[in-house]
Amino acid sequence: MITGSIAAIGAGLAAIGAGMGIGKIGSSAMEGIARQPEAASKIQTAMLIAAAFVEAVALFAVVVALV
Amino acid sequence: MDCSHVFDFKVSRLIVVFTLFLAFFFVTPLLYAQGDTLKTTSTEHAEPAAEKKFNLGKFALHHVADSHSWHVIGDITVGLPVMLYTPSGLVTFNSTEFHGDDEAKLVVEKDGQHFVKLHEKIYYASATANEKGEYADVDAAEHVKNLRPLDFSITKNVCTLLLSVVVILMVFLKVANSYKQRSGKSPKGLQSWIEPLIIFVRDDIAKPNLGHKYERFMPYLLTVFFFIWFNNMLGLVPFLPGGANLTGNISITVVLATITFLMVNFNGNKYYWKHIFTPDVPWWLYIVLVPVEIIGIFTKPIALAIRLFANITAGHILVLALIGLIFVFNSVFVSFVSVPFALFIYGIELLVAFIQAFIFTILSALFIGMAIEEHH
Repeated sequence: MITGSIAAIGAGLAAIGAGMGIGKIGSSAMEGIARQPEAASKIQTAMLIAAAFVEAVALFAVVVALV
Repeated sequence: MDCSHVFDFKVSRLIVVFTLFLAFFFVTPLLYAQGDTLKTTSTEHAEPAAEKKFNLGKFALHHVADSHSWHVIGDITVGLPVMLYTPSGLVTFNSTEFHGDDEAKLVVEKDGQHFVKLHEKIYYASATANEKGEYADVDAAEHVKNLRPLDFSITKNVCTLLLSVVVILMVFLKVANSYKQRSGKSPKGLQSWIEPLIIFVRDDIAKPNLGHKYERFMPYLLTVFFFIWFNNMLGLVPFLPGGANLTGNISITVVLATITFLMVNFNGNKYYWKHIFTPDVPWWLYIVLVPVEIIGIFTKPIALAIRLFANITAGHILVLALIGLIFVFNSVFVSFVSVPFALFIYGIELLVAFIQAFIFTILSALFIGMAIEEHH
């Protein structure tokens, strides 16, 4: 028998969404660095900020699932 | 270059690890079954307490929460001062007077008042115990109806806060002194560890976002960066000086975000306020846009607080869940998988500790920069 809360499914869905989002950010940053290696540090900073925004959404879902 | 032999080696290692992992999952049910038969044969002298099921969720949440005592190892716990503000004045005692009770079963009497501790919260005790032996009025949904005194106790988190203040002061006073004594010379010792970080905050966080006015905000950005980073690292230390989940406490992160909120709005210039109340759009869009902009003022710091809180708490819960798997499956063999994996997560957490301090600081700088930006 399966037990547990349905909130876990929601947290999982949020993780999928955030995973796709961060994957896209990472791949685009890689492409950008490959085209323009001298801009690597600037791209990395921008990438981290964008990743933090995406990640925050997933973490909101985790918080909602926990509460 | 031909690297196929390296690849083969790695693949074979992966296969071994994966088989071991699967093997544990097949072996654990067997161990479970054996345990069951053993239990049935020795039911005469089986303790009911030992068969109490391990609750991973409760275990993890208990460990990330604040506490009135500091658990060291085994049964050894360090008591912390409890300070309660009641209508008849301040009441103080050591938390060891609860004798490790967290179920409201032990009543502490001080100055004619009775207190109980239930799930790390202190309540006024009920006159009589309920059917579970708790001196508290708990309803079916586990809501406690007892009143609470104002709690100013030095809890585990407050203790760590004070400790981190001492650590940060020690580090930075020493570094500041060596700058005075060794002016004009190359940095040495602790100085050469801190200097790159300060330059990192200045050149990568403050300057790109704040422009030529960056110097005014450097003290705040440096303070917030090092405070969050030191406390993230202290939270990762599993034994006594660390172990408290300070930056994973919503109150701490909300306070930090509130300071950023005040910094942004007190430094906001007329362009910032004009952008909020009279944006450059047709007037009939104001009905939608102005409320959205006003909500935006508040959502930015809220997101800042929740991001830090959730990141650090999620990391702690992840490590605890992996270690807790050993007790869920009730087998020592699970530890061969879960302990290395927990170690790996710990490595990532060291990185997250830095990245979250960086993200909080850079977003603070970004929001302040947006508020002080001049229009050309």
